[in-house]
Order: sequence, then structure tokens, then C-alpha cells
Amino acid sequence: MVSTQHRPKPVGYKAGVGSRASRIANFIGLCVIAAVFLIPFYLIVRNALSTTEDITAPGWMWFPTEIQWGNVAELFNDEKVPMARSLLNSAVVSVLTTVGTLFLCTTAGYGLARIPYRHADKVFYAILATLMVPSAITFLPSFVMVSSLGWVSDLRGLIIPTLFNGFVAFLCRQYFLSFPKELEEAARVDGLGYWGSFWRIVIPNSKGFLAAIAVITFVTSWNSFLWPLVIGRSSDSWTVQVALSTFLTAQTVNLPQLFMAAAVAILPLVFVFLFLQRFLVQGVAQTGLKG
Amino acid sequence: MAVTDKTADPAPAAAGTSRRPRRRRTFGGRNLAFWYFVGPFLLGLIIFTYIPVGWSAYLSLFDARNTVTPTSDDFVGFDNYVTMLTNADFRRSLITFSVFAAIIVPITFASSLGLALAVNKVRIMRAFFRSVFFLPFACSYVVASLVWKMSIFAGVRYGMANTVLGWFGIENIPWLFGNDPPWFWLVIATLRLWIQCGFYMILFIAALQQIPEHLYEAAYVDGAKPGWQTFWHITLPQLRASSVAVLMLVLIAAYQAFDEFWNLLPNSGNVPYARTPLIYLFHTSLGTSQDLGRGSAGALILALLIAIVTLLQGKILGFGKPEGR
Repeated sequence: MVSTQHRPKPVGYKAGVGSRASRIANFIGLCVIAAVFLIPFYLIVRNALSTTEDITAPGWMWFPTEIQWGNVAELFNDEKVPMARSLLNSAVVSVLTTVGTLFLCTTAGYGLARIPYRHADKVFYAILATLMVPSAITFLPSFVMVSSLGWVSDLRGLIIPTLFNGFVAFLCRQYFLSFPKELEEAARVDGLGYWGSFWRIVIPNSKGFLAAIAVITFVTSWNSFLWPLVIGRSSDSWTVQVALSTFLTAQTVNLPQLFMAAAVAILPLVFVFLFLQRFLVQGVAQTGLKG
Repeated sequence: MAVTDKTADPAPAAAGTSRRPRRRRTFGGRNLAFWYFVGPFLLGLIIFTYIPVGWSAYLSLFDARNTVTPTSDDFVGFDNYVTMLTNADFRRSLITFSVFAAIIVPITFASSLGLALAVNKVRIMRAFFRSVFFLPFACSYVVASLVWKMSIFAGVRYGMANTVLGWFGIENIPWLFGNDPPWFWLVIATLRLWIQCGFYMILFIAALQQIPEHLYEAAYVDGAKPGWQTFWHITLPQLRASSVAVLMLVLIAAYQAFDEFWNLLPNSGNVPYARTPLIYLFHTSLGTSQDLGRGSAGALILALLIAIVTLLQGKILGFGKPEGR
């Protein structure tokens, strides 16, 4: 390692900050890439608000000749496509999954981090072992279980098996290990047990962490496809992703309607991104600590 | 991932001013507390992970078609494993995965690191750029597939890619149909790159900001030139832990590729030239044949493969040491 001497600090000498010319090139490059990254969003909006004729016109049209707000009503009035129902299913599934995961994983993580118990290590390793098996691979075994419980095409089958997320429990344990013990000890002196100090001291002081976990769980749940596809056999248990996929692979497609459905499907998450991005970024940074 | 908190919580012994009598913390009481915190989770994990995996291992030894409770007549020993391992389609799906991983892992790694460096360098609109690159993560693979298949890479004239090529006088390309030339890899790789690049960029930005400033100052003092020199000798070594994490996450995610193959390719991804392992398992076990025995054998083989690759990669890249990061 080079030794750090006490010399005048070069101002702004950071990772890769170079000359003025290189900074300008960097900025222009970022603008171009950002424009490319936004193209798919632009296409969703353009196509959702166009007529089929506009979309398939021989010359490229950057904007629809006339904005078709009627496409929204058309999508929801189409009886062949259970859009409203699948949106409702997705909302119920995502919200309950988030709440349930948060409850189960924080309590488990806290217990593992804070309550001294002879076999705590064994329990912890039993949870860690499940991280070795990626959840997507277990879709078949889990399906076997869910079908024998009679939960196929049932929201219970969509929600309950996904709640016991070993990875989230692991993250919670790591987080609670670093939670300042003094706060809890004060609570103990005031006569609170583990349960009391967990709910009254630990949880209220962990809002940032909980929000990060909650947002990332919500986004993952809303966007998941394989499990809802396996379980959602009948159309009244479709989530919005399964409905979209069915729609996409159908023989005949109504292009504006298809893109309107896509727009509706990403709308909740765009809101999450606009208002909760701070927690999301934090959640991603925490998720990445896995490996 | 060390388990080092055996000494956690020396429960306060003084209980003089207690208002609640049940606060006596005997060893039994503490055990009970542990179980009502961890018990529900562990029970769920047993019911929805351990038992299913065990059941699946059991099924893999039977000729279990359309049933999850085969009788002893259907016992076939390790035949399902032999069938799967000698099955050309299954092996080909593993090759498909390897091709896919060979394309997507290095590209994702390089682009997310590149974006992170560029965003970290820019002085204005940094939050804007970060948000834009991260935004695709809001899209599911289904939504992205829809845009890629029906708009950008539609094989007809109004598809965006074909429109642009048309400006240069190039004929329409049927991006997603057919294997010769395999244009669909371009479609699939760009889609996955678009969705996940920003996610890993966030990880790299977080890691970049952890690098102590004085390292760069010292390098400057020692005469290192900003740019490649500091990148190779300071930034990259300092990003080692995150780089390993990103490589592993991208690889594991690639192993589980399903959504975009299902939605982009004809016949729900059930095409011989680009069937991923999960697509193959899905069609074997839940398709028309409903062969849960063979599907289970395949799932276990795949799980084992992933575990081996993860461990090997960890060993090679020095991950998984005590307190790996």
C-alpha cells in the first residue's frame, strides 16, 4: 500500500474525474444511453394511445395522429380479457406477500440475532441451506405441495408458499445483529420482554430498513411470472403478468390494447419508483450484499 | 457469513422495579421466546421448502405421471435420472443455458460497471441518470418481452429495429422466428441487459462510494495518471467483493431464465434451439405429459449443478471465506 503523506489535497481528485473534455464526453455519452434506455417506455405510451393504423403505418410515426384515451375504457370493457380482475389479484397478492414476508422474516431474523438459544446456529444453517437452492428450481416440488393442499388456482397458493423467504430472513438477521443493543437494554430495564421490545423499540427504529425490504419484496412480487403461471391455472386467479402473457401469445392481438395493458401493469411500479426510490436503491444495495 | 453471536444478550439480571411478573427470564422462557419468534417461519420453511424438496426427491424415483402419490409398482430407481442425463433435449437445454450465460454475464458485468463509473463521474443530473438507468427494473420480463416482441423487434416493417434498418436500405429481419442466423439471441440479450443493468449499477455505485478517497490522493501523489491507471490499480481491486457478488447474481439469474424465453419465442419457448433448463422442466412436468417423476429428477440435477457452480465460482473468486464481504 502506498503511504498517505500530508500533502496538499488535490481538489476533486476522485475515481475517474478527468479533464474537462472527458467530462463533457462522459455527459454526452450518458445522455445518449439514457435516451436509448427510455425508448421502450416511449413505445409503450405511444402504442397504448394510438390506433392500430398509426402503429402499423408504413412510415414511422413518432406520435399518434390523435391521442386515443378511449383505449383505456376499451381495455377494461373487453370481456375476453380479465384485466380488472388480474390487476386486483396482483394487488392483493403483492400487498399480502409484502406484509406477510415482512412479519415472518423480521421476527425470525430478530429471534436468530438476539435470543440466545442452544440450537440457534442449527436453525440458522437450516435457513441458509435453502439459499443454495434457487427458488425458481423449487417451482416443481412446491407445485406438488400446493396441489396436494388444493391451492391451485387459488390466491392462497400464490401467496403463502412465497412468504418464507430464507434470503430476507437472513438479511433481517444481519441487520438486527448491528442494531444498537443499548436501546433494547433500556427497554428491558423498563420491563419489556423480547416481544415488547421488538415491537416498541426495534421495529419503530428500523423504518428505513423495513421500507427497503418492503419495497423490494413488493416489486419482486408484482413482477414475478413463473410461480403465478404455475399456480394460476384458471383465468380468475391470473395475476397481471400472467394475463399479459396470455394476451401476448394469443393468436390475434389488438396492438393498442396490448400496450395499454402493459402501461396499466407498470403504472403502480412507476409510482413506487417515483416516490419510494430512495428505499428501493437502499433495498437493492442490501440485496446485493448476498452473493 | 459467520455465526458469532452466541454471547448475544446478557439478559439484565436486575428486576427490582418490574411491573410485569412474567419477566423472569429462565432458560426455558428464553427458549420459548426463541420459538415464538422463529417458529412460524421455520415451520413454513419446512412445509414449503424442505418437505416439497424431499417429496420431489421421492417422486424422482418413481414413474410418476399425473400423480404425486405413486404406488410401489411405479418404482423405477434411478431410471429417471439416467433418462434425463441421456436425454438429448435436456442436455441441449444445458448447452443453451451455457451459451446464454456466456453472452449475458460478461456483457451485464461490463455495462453495469461502466454505467456506474460514468454516473459516479458526472457532476450534474446524477440522480436523474441513476433513476433512468434503474427505471427498467420496474418492468417485468413479461412487459419487456411485449415491447421487444411487438414493437422494437417485430419482424415486420413497422417494427422499430426494421424501420431503422430500412432507412439504410436493409431488408426486414425476422428477429424471433427461426434459428438461422440466430438473431433471437440479440433480442433476448438486449432485453435482459436493459432490465438488469441498472440494478447491478446501483450495487457498483454503492461500492464505488465506499472506496476511501485517500487511496486516490496517494496514487496522485505517487504520480499515477487518472483514468486507466487508477482504475486498474485502485478502483477495480477495491470493487473485488462487489464484482464477485454481481457475477454470481447474474449467473444464478441466467440459470433461471424463463420469463423472456417463454414470452418471446414461438410455442411458449418450447423450441429445440433455445430451450432453457427451466422451460424444459416446465414442459416436461406440467405440459401435456405431466411427467412429475422425470421433472423432479431434472429439477434436482439442475439444483445440484447450480450449487456446484456457485461453490466453484466462490472458490475460484475467493468468495465465501469467513466474513466474505
